[in-house]
Amino acid sequence: MENISNQSRRDFIKASAAAGGALVVGFHLPGKLAQAAEAGHAMPNAWIKVSADNQVTILVARSEMGQGVATSMPMLVAEELDVDINKVKVEFAPPAEVYINSLLGGQITGGSTSVRDAWEKLRKAGASARMLLVAAAAQEWGVDAGQVRAENGNLVGPGGKRMSYGMAAPKAAQMEPPKDVPLKPASSFKIVGNAKQKRLDTPQKVKGEPTFGIDTRVPGMLYAAVAMSPYLGGKAKAYDDSRAKNMPGVKAVVQYSRGVAVVADSYWQAKKAKDLLEIDWDEGPNAGMNMQKIWAGLRDASKQPGAVFREAGDADSALSGAAKTVTSTYQLPFLSHSPMEPQNTTAHVTADKAVIITPTQFQQLIPHVVAGATGLKPEQVQVTTTYLGGGFGRRVEVDYAIDAAEISKAAGGVPVKMVWSREDDMTHDSYRPAGLYTLTAGLDSGGKMTGVRFHSTSPSISARLFPSIVKDGIDPFAVEGIDNFPYAVGNIKFTYQMHDSGVTPGYWRAVSHNLNAVALECFIDECANAAGKDPIAYRLAQIDMAESKHAWSGLSAGVSVGPRIKAALEMVRDKSGWGTPLARGKGRGVAVMEGYNTVIAIVAEVTVSANYDVALDRVVAVVDAGPLVHPDQALAQMESCINYGQSACMFGEITIKDNAVQQNNFDMYRVVRMEESPKIIEIHWVKPAANQPPGGLGEPGTAVVQPAIANAIFAATGKRVRTLPLTPENIRAS
Amino acid sequence: MKITFNVNGKNQTVDVAPDTPLLWVLRDSLGLVGTKFGCGKALCGACTVHLNNMAIRSCQTPVGSIAGQRVTTIEGLKMNNVQKAWIALDVPQCGYCQPGQIMSATALLAANKNPSDSDIDAAMSGNICRCGTYPRIRAAIKAAARMA
Repeated sequence: MENISNQSRRDFIKASAAAGGALVVGFHLPGKLAQAAEAGHAMPNAWIKVSADNQVTILVARSEMGQGVATSMPMLVAEELDVDINKVKVEFAPPAEVYINSLLGGQITGGSTSVRDAWEKLRKAGASARMLLVAAAAQEWGVDAGQVRAENGNLVGPGGKRMSYGMAAPKAAQMEPPKDVPLKPASSFKIVGNAKQKRLDTPQKVKGEPTFGIDTRVPGMLYAAVAMSPYLGGKAKAYDDSRAKNMPGVKAVVQYSRGVAVVADSYWQAKKAKDLLEIDWDEGPNAGMNMQKIWAGLRDASKQPGAVFREAGDADSALSGAAKTVTSTYQLPFLSHSPMEPQNTTAHVTADKAVIITPTQFQQLIPHVVAGATGLKPEQVQVTTTYLGGGFGRRVEVDYAIDAAEISKAAGGVPVKMVWSREDDMTHDSYRPAGLYTLTAGLDSGGKMTGVRFHSTSPSISARLFPSIVKDGIDPFAVEGIDNFPYAVGNIKFTYQMHDSGVTPGYWRAVSHNLNAVALECFIDECANAAGKDPIAYRLAQIDMAESKHAWSGLSAGVSVGPRIKAALEMVRDKSGWGTPLARGKGRGVAVMEGYNTVIAIVAEVTVSANYDVALDRVVAVVDAGPLVHPDQALAQMESCINYGQSACMFGEITIKDNAVQQNNFDMYRVVRMEESPKIIEIHWVKPAANQPPGGLGEPGTAVVQPAIANAIFAATGKRVRTLPLTPENIRAS
Repeated sequence: MKITFNVNGKNQTVDVAPDTPLLWVLRDSLGLVGTKFGCGKALCGACTVHLNNMAIRSCQTPVGSIAGQRVTTIEGLKMNNVQKAWIALDVPQCGYCQPGQIMSATALLAANKNPSDSDIDAAMSGNICRCGTYPRIRAAIKAAARMA
């Protein structure tokens, strides 16, 4: 049996990524669109399919992982197509060049980019299709296109002529798309921005009907349970399957790159047999790794100068000449994504074809990596994206799709649904990297910052996944949330030291905003305290109001952040009741950040007990995200970010001992539950400026809520916690 | 071993090892995949179903222990007030944990017509949602209580 090693897998991804600057790998449009549509349907373009009986289906080329793209994307199309949004059907698109996310260079759902990328693109798709349908009807009736108008799924012509979109669609699909596609002004929107619009998938979701990856069933399907190395980077040297293979229902025991799989008639049979495997593991290159060594390695690496990613004036002189200096190092832990649906994939690999059905955020990459793992060609790999039971960045990785393909092939080309246990999932994640963040500020006699040094030491995620975007020692995804430093300080020097700690790092919701902005916004609070100033007043007095561009934050617009930050801070001060008295043991904390072209200011209110147990009582957020496509779900994304960030900063910590991840289920990796979720969450939206484009909402709040909570704990207790998470132990030790 | 029990009003006979968790019998043998696998250790609540109208974790319930008993899954709810409130408030995000949340909430409201915040905390604390739909779940439970 041939296996592709993890190393060659990584090399392949690197090669794919390097081939096109950003990640552009060879791709094929789904043939002529008219042919791609099944009988009885016509496709005016890649996003729209119309049946003869006038059922409009909108293809969604982003993965639905809770953020609502299966509603917001169709809303954008339907606005211009002029159809009833509540009557459209939604399908998930296959991988194809036409669906590439322009902001990421690949068909990827991530980076809070879905709405931002789609904002014009999908309205134009809807408008273009409508214009084609109008033209087709005009041709049919022998009249001028100007005499035909679209009206809620129908075409209306002179003398009471009517035709459904379904009747016009086959002809429209053969016509050349218009070059000039004017769009409605925002003031005419009927669907986009409708506060009453419901999610299209909720009625199915409350009945348990949507098919997540794990729910996939195909004819003749068998189930696989896996035994992967408990050691990070380890491999199976030898295994004894004599007991496992004789268990009821077992069809095959196969070795694959990452371990040994049992294939059986049902999942439980596969799982029980898997537990009887006896495997001799080779610990691999990381033998003996533990947190002491990882932190020592990070501390050593942090002594190196790092790469400068933002500099102005002379920070060193400003610090040495300051009336007062403040310096702190923040130590932030590894985190697991832990979506509720454990990783899984259904694969059917035969001599000339692979069918992959999987919950993925990166369907475009799968044909290439599955081809690499099976010897097939990418065009022989067919990928279907299911609903995702959470994503959070974990499913940008394609490891589990490769595993399932290898297992299907090794088991003799049978269709196999591989399902990971929660333990598999939590111990084989790509983790939010642990890192060290040292900040030093010089303050003048009035407490104002005159110089700031920032130095971070952490692994580069992109060096593994998209190495071509890493330049001169700087990974753009490692400096976000700090390279857009919004305070007016004349002398700054910000450096990043890349350091691979041996634990696979992964993109984790809001990525390095969770590291850099957490450290920065806690540190600014420290400076305010050192200056004896109110934290909001201190920030407001020092915001950089000049238009600024940030070299590295590709996912931020990077212009005119200051005035938006100022407005958000003022609004959150007023909305939160900042400064009004609180009972003993309670505290308020503030944090502000721009990320993904969205500005968020949050005030968190906590109660801290005598034992340092923290209750998050209230969160008030002000969000400047431009125009909202789907307002209620924009709100839901803020609620979601607050929850995910709360879990991270209050409880989240993955640790390594004896080269193995110590936490393997929700008893050891605690996440927020109902009783810990704040009873009061207030989200206030800043009115968009004229022509302001949408900002991203899936991620930024995750980062902002964390320093707001830490700063609230300081306000309540005087304890400045610099080692996260904010557990009673870490608070007490601070 | 053949085991017969009632699922959503219908008697079902399955031939599986009696230690097989009810979760996998529902999902793999009966094709009722609305009930989800989340942790396998009764820590997350994604697999919650009703056994004789009580909310239980099907991942920790050997099917051999429930012969002759009544199981209700998400597929067996006929658009009850909890589901209606869930729709009215657009509770689900990814939706994966929601069948379990809805089964727990339905059992709560069957036992307690007007639950307080602390009743909701107690009944729902075993159901994890990583998307953070807790505020809407709390509001939807209260809305469902008002519909009754």
